[in-house]
Amino acid sequence: MTTLHDMGVAQLAQALQTKQASAVEVATAFLARAGGNPHNTFLDIDSEVTLAQAQASDARIAAGTAGPLEGVPIAHKDVFVTRDFTTTAGSKILSGYRSPFDATVVQKLGASELGGAGMVTLGKVNCDEFAMGSANENSAYGAVNNPWDTSRIPGGSSGGSAAAVAARLAPAATGTDTGGSIRQPASFCGITGIKPTYGRASRYGMIAYASSLDQAGPMARSAEDCALLLSAMCGPDLDRDSTSLDVPAENFSAKLGDSLAGLRIGIPKEFFGEGLAADVRTAIDAALKTLEAQGAKLVPITLPRTELAIPVYYIIAPAEASSNLSRFDGVKFGHRAKDYTDLVSMYKKTRAEGFGEEVKRRIMTGAYVLSHGYYDAYYLQAQKIRRMIADDFQRAFAECDVIAGPVAPTVAWKLGNNASDPLADYLADIFTLPASLAGLPGMSVPVGFGADQMPVGLQLIGNYLQEARLLNVAHQYQLNTDFHNAKPEGV
Amino acid sequence: MSLNDQDISRIANLARLELQPDEQARMLSKINDFFGIVEQIRAVDTTGIVPMAHPVDAMQGAHIELRLRPDVASEPNQRDLNQRSAPAVERGLFLVPKVIE
Repeated sequence: MTTLHDMGVAQLAQALQTKQASAVEVATAFLARAGGNPHNTFLDIDSEVTLAQAQASDARIAAGTAGPLEGVPIAHKDVFVTRDFTTTAGSKILSGYRSPFDATVVQKLGASELGGAGMVTLGKVNCDEFAMGSANENSAYGAVNNPWDTSRIPGGSSGGSAAAVAARLAPAATGTDTGGSIRQPASFCGITGIKPTYGRASRYGMIAYASSLDQAGPMARSAEDCALLLSAMCGPDLDRDSTSLDVPAENFSAKLGDSLAGLRIGIPKEFFGEGLAADVRTAIDAALKTLEAQGAKLVPITLPRTELAIPVYYIIAPAEASSNLSRFDGVKFGHRAKDYTDLVSMYKKTRAEGFGEEVKRRIMTGAYVLSHGYYDAYYLQAQKIRRMIADDFQRAFAECDVIAGPVAPTVAWKLGNNASDPLADYLADIFTLPASLAGLPGMSVPVGFGADQMPVGLQLIGNYLQEARLLNVAHQYQLNTDFHNAKPEGV
Repeated sequence: MSLNDQDISRIANLARLELQPDEQARMLSKINDFFGIVEQIRAVDTTGIVPMAHPVDAMQGAHIELRLRPDVASEPNQRDLNQRSAPAVERGLFLVPKVIE
């Protein structure tokens, strides 16, 4: 039998169901690997809680009442609230916070007596503060190292999730994607991740950054594993999330085996301009050739407003953030400043002490574009261009079934590289932002290595509710390649 | 267009953030860097385009309203659990500095 920590979700589920390993053995193996917190990945671990969940899974397996992913461990990004672990969203302002309830996504993946898939929580993983960042360097609890080269960033904001899976500290992790926060770290860490259509997965209990963009999704080694996880995570949550789609849960594994013959893959010329690094381009071109050899047809398309997606996103997301983050005021939960003179000074000092620099910057930008005299010129104008971007995708999908291109213009950069230049991080989000603004599903698939043997991810974008198609393309590619099984040296 | 120091003070007050002088200066410079790339959106002709507030709207074609659930209490009373992470609580109430003299 393969070493437990080298097994993916599907393999572990099978090993558990056929009683080759117990949930307690599996949880113990992964907890041992997380000891010493490699790469600063975990923000909270509680082996007692994890082992109790694993024992409950073993009991259900013995009783024949197991859920589909019974006993398989998962780590949750720290923006999902959890009853049994602290939830900080990577922020000092929520230091030590314990939620009275579990997020819907956590519940759907968790204990099967509550309708979940039966997974065991390994702990909470690091992320950029309130998911604002592209490098995981904005966490109040320190940066995360990329397991492929510890002097580099893992990507963000779901950097802890990506690093945990890449370093085999967890077979799977949840992530959230607002402007690329699942796809980009998945690409930088050489794993597979998918952001479903906006509204597929409930946002209930997912600490809000930008409500019209935030979406949960799975990060794991393969498309096959992501399909299992996504099937468990999605489904209507109509009473708890007003943007939850009234679309039935789907078995995303059902179409994995479909042939790619005749598949039309749209290649947006704007994703292959001079901003794209040559090493990334080489890996992407090779992946497209592989897909062509499997029967797909490449179709040139255009997404003319790709570059505009950067200012549009960085107006809309901060605007929503400035509203969402007003709830952190030192009254109901979290940090409160010690010295203040009155209520307003308590708010101001609490928020000054509790928020990091990037979060403050986005709150300020958001408050500005929403303020009197600027609302129409910036916020409303951004929302209009957002619709034009969404319309561009619909025109493109008239000519193709899926869209493919790079996830990011370069491989993962060095820690501290952009520390004094936040704009450089914003610009690097160029290829993930358009699909986020439109609300389309997108994923990252490992397709090789660029400079210094750093992983490169291929981005696949589908039309609304076409997650099964994306997973099908990724799975067929992974049947013919082995990049998703590659692991960093020493892991 | 660029912001000045007064703009930053005004927005910081609106956003309930106390900024130290060095922080304020850095904020001004970084936000102005950002507005350097924002200017391009003002040149885009958006005549007749309906603003898109959320993707559900683009997905289902028509300009649809987001759903609201019936206005009935659905949550159990979990006062103790809800208050366990509060900085200051007394007799089941959240404490704040005195607001009325």
